[in-house]
Amino acid sequence: MTPEDGRIIPAEAQANASRVKQKVIDCDVHHALRSGRDLLPYMATRWHAHLEEFGRRRPVPFIASSPYPKTAPALSRTDSWPPNGGPPGSDLAFLQEQLLDRYNIEYGMLHLLMSGMDERNQDFGNATCSAINDWQYENWTQKDQRLKAAIVVPGEDPPAAVREIARWAGNPDFAQVSMVTHAIEPLGRRRYWPIYEAAQAHNLPIGLHSSGNNGHAVTGTGWCGFYVEEQHNVALSQQQLAISLVCEGVFERFPKLKAVIIEAGYVWVPSVAWRLDQHYKRMHREMPHLTRKPSDYFRSHLWYSSQPADEPERPEDLRTVLDWIGWDRLLFSTDYPHWDMDNPEQAFKLRLSEAEQKMIYNENARAVYGLA
Amino acid sequence: MSQPAAHIAQGIAQGIAGGIDCDVHPAIPGMAALLPYLDPYWQEQVAVRGIDGLDLSSFPPQMAAHGRADWRDKGEKPGTSLARLRADALDGFGTQLAICNPLYGVLAIYNEHFAAALARAINAWLAAEWLDRESRLRGSITVATQNPELAVDEIERCATDPRFVQVLLLNQGDTPLGNRRFWPIYAAAERHGLSIGIHAGSIFRHATTSNGWPSYHLEDYAAHAQSFQSNLLSLVHEGAFTRHPGLIFVMIESGFTWLPTFLWRANKTWRGVRAEVPWVDRPPSEYIRDHVRFTLQPTDAPPTGADMARLLAMIGRDNMLLFSTDYPHWQFDGDNVWPDGFSNALKRRVLRDNPMNAYPRLKEALQ
Repeated sequence: MTPEDGRIIPAEAQANASRVKQKVIDCDVHHALRSGRDLLPYMATRWHAHLEEFGRRRPVPFIASSPYPKTAPALSRTDSWPPNGGPPGSDLAFLQEQLLDRYNIEYGMLHLLMSGMDERNQDFGNATCSAINDWQYENWTQKDQRLKAAIVVPGEDPPAAVREIARWAGNPDFAQVSMVTHAIEPLGRRRYWPIYEAAQAHNLPIGLHSSGNNGHAVTGTGWCGFYVEEQHNVALSQQQLAISLVCEGVFERFPKLKAVIIEAGYVWVPSVAWRLDQHYKRMHREMPHLTRKPSDYFRSHLWYSSQPADEPERPEDLRTVLDWIGWDRLLFSTDYPHWDMDNPEQAFKLRLSEAEQKMIYNENARAVYGLA
Repeated sequence: MSQPAAHIAQGIAQGIAGGIDCDVHPAIPGMAALLPYLDPYWQEQVAVRGIDGLDLSSFPPQMAAHGRADWRDKGEKPGTSLARLRADALDGFGTQLAICNPLYGVLAIYNEHFAAALARAINAWLAAEWLDRESRLRGSITVATQNPELAVDEIERCATDPRFVQVLLLNQGDTPLGNRRFWPIYAAAERHGLSIGIHAGSIFRHATTSNGWPSYHLEDYAAHAQSFQSNLLSLVHEGAFTRHPGLIFVMIESGFTWLPTFLWRANKTWRGVRAEVPWVDRPPSEYIRDHVRFTLQPTDAPPTGADMARLLAMIGRDNMLLFSTDYPHWQFDGDNVWPDGFSNALKRRVLRDNPMNAYPRLKEALQ
């Protein structure tokens, strides 16, 4: 069989890929601010004036656009703009209708694609993170108990991040701690460890959704030309993020810490782990802080959200890859309302058993996040 | 040649003999060795300013991984001795031809005139000190991509020597390699039947990851896989493959077990966003399977041969891998150059057929 043959999905697989049988835990739902002003009620008046005069200061070229224009306005499905106005994801009722009710979502894990962590004015960044958390709590999680927020922390100021974690830890509306992934240093580096210490102490996983801006080139060899590259390169960065957490020894120092890599796919995990194991044989003396081979940490401390669903040329290859990764590591996600959202009814071009569906759509996430 | 030792005979039995080794590393001892090949102006500049030590810090010679213990002489930079390369890499594996990839800091130099002079010196040094002395060796052309015009001049100069079979670029430079800036280099290579080799290594112009600078060598080395993938995306989407349909790109010391899952994602992203790059009129996997080859070592292998066989089936073509030892780098022990899971038929293709097809100039040598 050649790879070309695999492009045709057998009718049998199509027929069986249809309905999801149990309730879904969606590990990547994007709510949104109607505008930056939504945060003002949660910020000291000093910052109202600041926002008016100076605005946000991040290491990006444009005030209100990406240097890699996306494939759709607001990165979103064209039908996801709420009828009552505001950007996609900003209207709770419409999000309930289009996502939570439509797809039998038991829990939706919220990820705001905005943070104070990559704000260069650190006090403003800290205030922004706190305001985001207050806003999420009052307007989202308190209004629909299916929604679980992430504690957005200003990771470049670890003491402030630890204070923010302490402010929300124990509140069942918050299921994880969230940092931008394009931080100033790779997130395994020691400056971020106080955050991991606090997360572990409060039994909160770290949720790492591709996000943020740090001024570094989008690849190890410079800036690419197109969004079609950048979208993929951001996922490659997430691979390097996992490498950083493993190699810098985060899971040795914090053995109960869990990290979830979000919106990077997952089929890359085996080859990254094999590569680390292979070269660890030659370079392990550089890193005596590791007591196990790198792949072991992938198996015990890292989880991956599913979207965008990887599509092997031969659908059955996905089974091989999931056997390599471990079926307990994969968490279903839609990425609603973004243009490349995965529909839980059609995300896998592979016939999954009922038990496999149960793990991927529900039980794995329930275990990671300790959901009731 | 004398009678092969027992381990060599064993290597021949394993189907290693007669191979074309697509990645061996003669090492440049230092600037003193290149001085005879620099023009008088640069000879004086190098002497007066004390310019030396341009080995890339992305892969320091003293690391164990840079020189296998049994391929290393105490106090010597691994790869500096032709006698050892002959005994270890050529006789050792019964190799028929080996392609030399000297790595030195040309691409990291800001002064593009000096970079071009140094590239020229390295090519002259390789021809005189290695290719002239050992007929089984072939060369890669070092170019200063800082200035494509000067790089093309150097390609034109070297192309008259049929022993040069490819143009050598570095994986982590300052710009993804599909960028139009590099196209004159690709056009010159295509014109002369040279392939383009992209070798692992960094000039540290950018952080090795877009998340910033990692702490450890292992992280940097691992990160090359992602940068190779970034370069392939760049070559596809900028249209370099469309523009140069006859050109083969060889990923050297890149690993290849990441290839199938990378292709799946590249195809999916292209399907969603292809309106942005209308000149890319086929899925990225097709361009890459047609135009891109990978050297064998290092093989970042799965745990068992059965897993490797599954992975090779996912790659789906038996013409993409090229035999390499990566001499003197330490990627495997003894003669164990073949990962588990390769069939004998595949080994034969990897050993000779695939390199012959990847490097048009080798065909002439073996006819």
